[in-house]
Amino acid sequence: MNRLQQLFQNKKKDILSIYYTAGYPNLNDTLQIAEALEKAGADFLEIGFPYSDPVADGPIIQASSKQSLDQGMTLQILFSQLKDLRKTVTIPILLMGYVNPVLQFGVENFCKACAEIGIDGCIIPDLPMYEYEELYHSCFEEHGVSNIFLVTPQTSEERIRKIDGLSNAFIYLLSSAATTGKNLDVSANARTYFARIKAMDLKNPLMIGFGISDKQTFDAANEYASGAIIGSAFVKCLANGDVEKNVKTFMKEFRN
Amino acid sequence: MSYFVNEKGYYGDFGGAYIPEMLYPNVEELRQQYLSIIHEESFQQEFKALLKDYVGRPSPLYLAKRLSGKYGANIFLKREDLNHTGAHKINNTIGQILLAERLGKKRIIAETGAGQHGVATATVCALRGLECVVYMGEVDIKRQAPNVARMKMLGAKVVPATSGSKTLKDATNEAMRDWINNPVDTHYIIGSVVGPHPYPDMVSIFQSIISEETKKQLLEQTGKDQPDYVMACVGGGSNAAGMFYHFIDDESVKLIAVEAGGKGVDSGLSAATTYLGKEGVLHGSRSILMQTPDGQVVEPHSVSAGLDYPGIGPQHAHLFKTGRGKYVSITDDESLNAGLLLTQLEGIIPAIESAHALAYLEYMKFKGGENVVVCLSGRGDKDMETYMKHFNL
Ligand SMILES: Cc1ncc(COP(=O)(O)O)c(C=O)c1O
Repeated sequence: MNRLQQLFQNKKKDILSIYYTAGYPNLNDTLQIAEALEKAGADFLEIGFPYSDPVADGPIIQASSKQSLDQGMTLQILFSQLKDLRKTVTIPILLMGYVNPVLQFGVENFCKACAEIGIDGCIIPDLPMYEYEELYHSCFEEHGVSNIFLVTPQTSEERIRKIDGLSNAFIYLLSSAATTGKNLDVSANARTYFARIKAMDLKNPLMIGFGISDKQTFDAANEYASGAIIGSAFVKCLANGDVEKNVKTFMKEFRN
Repeated sequence: MSYFVNEKGYYGDFGGAYIPEMLYPNVEELRQQYLSIIHEESFQQEFKALLKDYVGRPSPLYLAKRLSGKYGANIFLKREDLNHTGAHKINNTIGQILLAERLGKKRIIAETGAGQHGVATATVCALRGLECVVYMGEVDIKRQAPNVARMKMLGAKVVPATSGSKTLKDATNEAMRDWINNPVDTHYIIGSVVGPHPYPDMVSIFQSIISEETKKQLLEQTGKDQPDYVMACVGGGSNAAGMFYHFIDDESVKLIAVEAGGKGVDSGLSAATTYLGKEGVLHGSRSILMQTPDGQVVEPHSVSAGLDYPGIGPQHAHLFKTGRGKYVSITDDESLNAGLLLTQLEGIIPAIESAHALAYLEYMKFKGGENVVVCLSGRGDKDMETYMKHFNL
């Protein structure tokens, strides 16, 4: 059982996950941000490895990715920044990014590097289920890396069942079909959709993400899922000033 | 060996649908329905009628006598430049708008580089009364002002793509983001044989009219429906895919695809994808693309905005890898000179994209008497400013 699976076994509600882009605001901030977030009460983290063409992302994460790449970030550098991760960080860590950098790094090498460092899973939005099953699944399993799939309001029930079968950590429920960084409108529609998925009684726990930006949207998500994921809102707060201070200020709203 | 798509959406090692879950329902709907819709009799009737009466097809196959004399072979030009809106792009947008209507879509989005595909999309949207939003890189908006004005006059909203390099690749990213955020009522008309399956296959089917007509016209004019060579320029590869389509399985016909070499393939300012690229994933399919060792997409360069793209469609990657097609490149200067040559020998001003295909005739070794078809994918009106600057006209 990896850290992620353990977390979901021990904690059923109020799980807070934070996404941030590696190498942003400064190339070598990656590890320090992870440490600060753990200290401030985050339950697990998604560290984004940047890509030049992030089609699923809105302006904030596009900009952080571009800045990180301009500062020289690569997967190789990210893995070296994280090599001593497990000396100081105990919470589960996922890597999130697009498939092409993984392909160029080599899927096998990527999984190996994750396992060596103690990365618990990945989210690769543009890796389709069919290709994952055919070419990646066994490699991920062998190295104990959980692959996280996304579900949107338009995903069919049949497909959600299939995703549930292929998942072994949690399912990432998108608050709406949208790129990152839009504000969640906790409308009746969204609630009906969350409730519909909750009622499917899946074997994997649910985390809600995209558009979660404050305590109010976090609490709303918690009514239907084990917790929620915050990305753009956090990345935005890192833009200026001291990293540790920014992390503390941001997390105060959620954890005190 | 098959050179066409298999039921999983692959051409050999290339293709597939590498898309985030948010796009899955739309792309899947298209995948399940595109072939049955295209093969409906009512669709075919409407498609063929519009191509004839609105686009002006069949486009002529013209034996360019003076050009033939210069090169010592029979050079036929497939005159896609004479289509309504001035390029082959309209064959695809007519097909896709009819498909979008049958899928019940109310809103059309598109990306454009040179603006030819944007104009062709805005045109069919005006024709059918559908809302149209075209994404175009901020840099291209400045380079291609007349086409921006045409799109606006046609009623389209032109949205500048301000991310990344602000050119075609970024316009494509923005269009994909729009589609993610509008998952129900919108159809994305991709302008080339790129994108997730079924786009490459669908677009090549709509463009296959080019080789379908060519075969008939060759038979009439030469007594044989097979040429020795067919040649076309490749940006994403749609005019080439259409020009090759009905000749692909006939290995006696040599396929020549001409990429944009920019300032030279090793100059750092080039769009010669097969020469500079590696296998990878871009815009939803596995193909060949220009990228760093870390998998970041590299900015291409070409004097012609329509060829200024860091990838090629998956079918082209397959034709290249299997050796079925020959992929070559031509520099900016060579293409401009070829454009001038055609203008002065035949009285036809070609698009700079198409001039790339013509320029490769200089490198061909003919025995004499071969039949060669060059796809003249578009006319040069949009490129006058570039020609004027280059030749001090
Ligand atoms: C006249 C013309 N030819 C060729 C192209 C390149 O596209 P493709 O390779 O898809 O034919 C374009 C693209 O804008 C064009 O306008």
